[in-house]
Amino acid sequence: MSAPAGTFQERVDKALGNAQLKVALERTTGNARRKRAAAVEAWPDFVAARAAAAAIKDHSIDHMAYYLEMFERNALASGAQVHWARDPDEACRIVIDICKAANAKTVTRSKSMLGEEIGLPHALADAGIRRVETDLAEHIIQLAGETPSHIIWPAAHRTREDVAILFDQYHREKPTAHDVVSMVGSARKELREDFFAADVGISGANFLCADTGAICTITNEGNAELTTTPPRVHIVTAGIEKIVASTEHALQLTRLLVRSATGADLTQYTTFHCGPKRPGDLDGPDQFHIVLVDHGRTEMLTEMPEMLRCLRCGACLNHCVVYRAIGGHAYGGAYPGPMGSVLTPVFDGLEQTRDLPSACTLNGQCRQVCPVDIPLPTMLRHWREQSWRAGYEPKTLRAAIGLWAYFAARPRLYQLAQAVALPAMRLFAKGGWISSLPLASGWTAARDLPKPPGESFLTSIRKGGTP
Amino acid sequence: MPERGNALDSPRVGLFVTCLVDSMRPNVGFAAVALLKAAGCKVEIPLAQTCCGQPAFNSGADEATKPIARQVIETFEPFDYLVAPSGSCAGMIKAHYPELFADDPVWLERAKRLAGKTHELLSFLVDLRGFRPQNVACKASATYHDSCSGLRELGVKAQPRALLSSVEGLELRPLEGDETCCGFGGTFCVKYSDISNAIVGEKAQNVVATGADLLLGGDLGCLMNMAGKLSREGARTRVFHTAEILAGMSAYAIGEEATGAAGKEAK
Repeated sequence: MSAPAGTFQERVDKALGNAQLKVALERTTGNARRKRAAAVEAWPDFVAARAAAAAIKDHSIDHMAYYLEMFERNALASGAQVHWARDPDEACRIVIDICKAANAKTVTRSKSMLGEEIGLPHALADAGIRRVETDLAEHIIQLAGETPSHIIWPAAHRTREDVAILFDQYHREKPTAHDVVSMVGSARKELREDFFAADVGISGANFLCADTGAICTITNEGNAELTTTPPRVHIVTAGIEKIVASTEHALQLTRLLVRSATGADLTQYTTFHCGPKRPGDLDGPDQFHIVLVDHGRTEMLTEMPEMLRCLRCGACLNHCVVYRAIGGHAYGGAYPGPMGSVLTPVFDGLEQTRDLPSACTLNGQCRQVCPVDIPLPTMLRHWREQSWRAGYEPKTLRAAIGLWAYFAARPRLYQLAQAVALPAMRLFAKGGWISSLPLASGWTAARDLPKPPGESFLTSIRKGGTP
Repeated sequence: MPERGNALDSPRVGLFVTCLVDSMRPNVGFAAVALLKAAGCKVEIPLAQTCCGQPAFNSGADEATKPIARQVIETFEPFDYLVAPSGSCAGMIKAHYPELFADDPVWLERAKRLAGKTHELLSFLVDLRGFRPQNVACKASATYHDSCSGLRELGVKAQPRALLSSVEGLELRPLEGDETCCGFGGTFCVKYSDISNAIVGEKAQNVVATGADLLLGGDLGCLMNMAGKLSREGARTRVFHTAEILAGMSAYAIGEEATGAAGKEAK
């Protein structure tokens, strides 16, 4: 799987040059927006439930250590083994060691963005372990050698027509036709053997329930259950922010998560996995490992605690005009869209990723649709402030803003400069519009600029006296 | 009448005209003055004003923003109200000045006090003045774009529609994605011009699809962005700030010259 390459601008150019991408993104996100809107409309208590969900998350964030320790105690009591990982390397090493100890040749994996965040697919490949992605969309992008471009629909960048070509090329039993049923049938046959032959199954977790030590997965395809039940070993990789105080809290959050993600009341499968197979159980893994990953999250507790509320529903992506224009790969990190633009600088460093928080219109729709009311625009602006302070912003921009601010704080000087600039700009106009203006190509490359007036409003007022 | 009218009777309003209206479309400023006067306000226009500081603030340059913000606060704190013909600039003063001075108790207090009496023009006219335009006609179809800051930071949605419903002959048509950003985003539109172009391209298509004669809104930045794209695409939609229609000062749309053939009232 190749991570998106190049600079942000290069990735944006590539995305905007791909007409198929826009079609694929609009199908997926448009559908998601319509369904979410209908679900919210049909839920009179949505506003109150949203506030309660934010409070539930804040409670677990404010008492994170307490609940994580409770979770560990209860998970151990259920027979699970709990591992703590500070960073991606440590997390991957723990997973690979478990796989090697189990003499694993093949692992199945159900979709987990945390797994992408820590680079688990690469680590498994490096260790020579065969990885089979079992989520349908993850299966598609594994065939294509890509990374996910959306946190809920990893193959959101591919059209159905695209996928048909991949299945025809790679599946042992080709789809009999290019309709959805035939294509899903072909994928099911392709994956079936591996579900039962895999040595280890790896999943993520939507919630870690402190009161029981269980982990919860929320899926639509049933692949998580087939990934975690037949193999001898089940490994869970989860970020520590997935902790909730109780099963009840997990279920309350599920109501918000699923409606915000897909517009459904519930997904097809909501499963609580608690410990390995017990005596008398018909199935289940012999070993149940939970790898709890920090990776910057304890620092976020003080720096940006609200971001730890994130349920990974993808609503902010679906409603973001920038995501809808450029798709997920252009962001270059594991998480795209508004939430990704907040998180990626935490994981990959701000200097490398400073474009992400800047490439945003701060229109606020992401916050509006967020099921836990994360102030995403405020956080994105906060990154801009840090980037400015650290001197990461381009020199030309710093100079331009600095010069402008100098004038803007001095009205007389500003108005003198304006009295020179406006007539000068008018020289470039044809009729009422300017279609090309030196130093303003950022504007005129995309759109015309109205011809400015000969004198400003304030100049007119000064000449005519106050009204 | 006393020199300083009381807030209910004849409040003293300081018009924060905004840098874009000042430089690019004075007509919106004159329309705002006319509307505020018609709504019974005593309007003053302090000459010592430039911009609310958003270009610096949204670039993360907080220290460069502060002198601009302090000057706005000093200039406008004597008034009963600060009114701006823009949800974006009013939102900056109302929501973000207090954020900017979070660590400065003295200026924070002053910023909060000004925030409390800062309003976007159209919502001010409806919510605080109960104003409806009288004897204004505009025989045309129009569609409306809700600019994001006004909509989400200040709750401006129903007020412009209420005002426009009093304009005789004006037919409002729904716009697909009326609450979706137009891709302006201040410095965003020039820093990430190609992404902005993709976003405003979709917006322009939706506007054209309404078949409306006019596109209206309450923020000049967004309006210039959409008007500029519509012009580039060769669309015939005429674009106005809502205040211009309400004040009956709609002779020339954005990008139309005073001497041009289109020089007549909006239909």
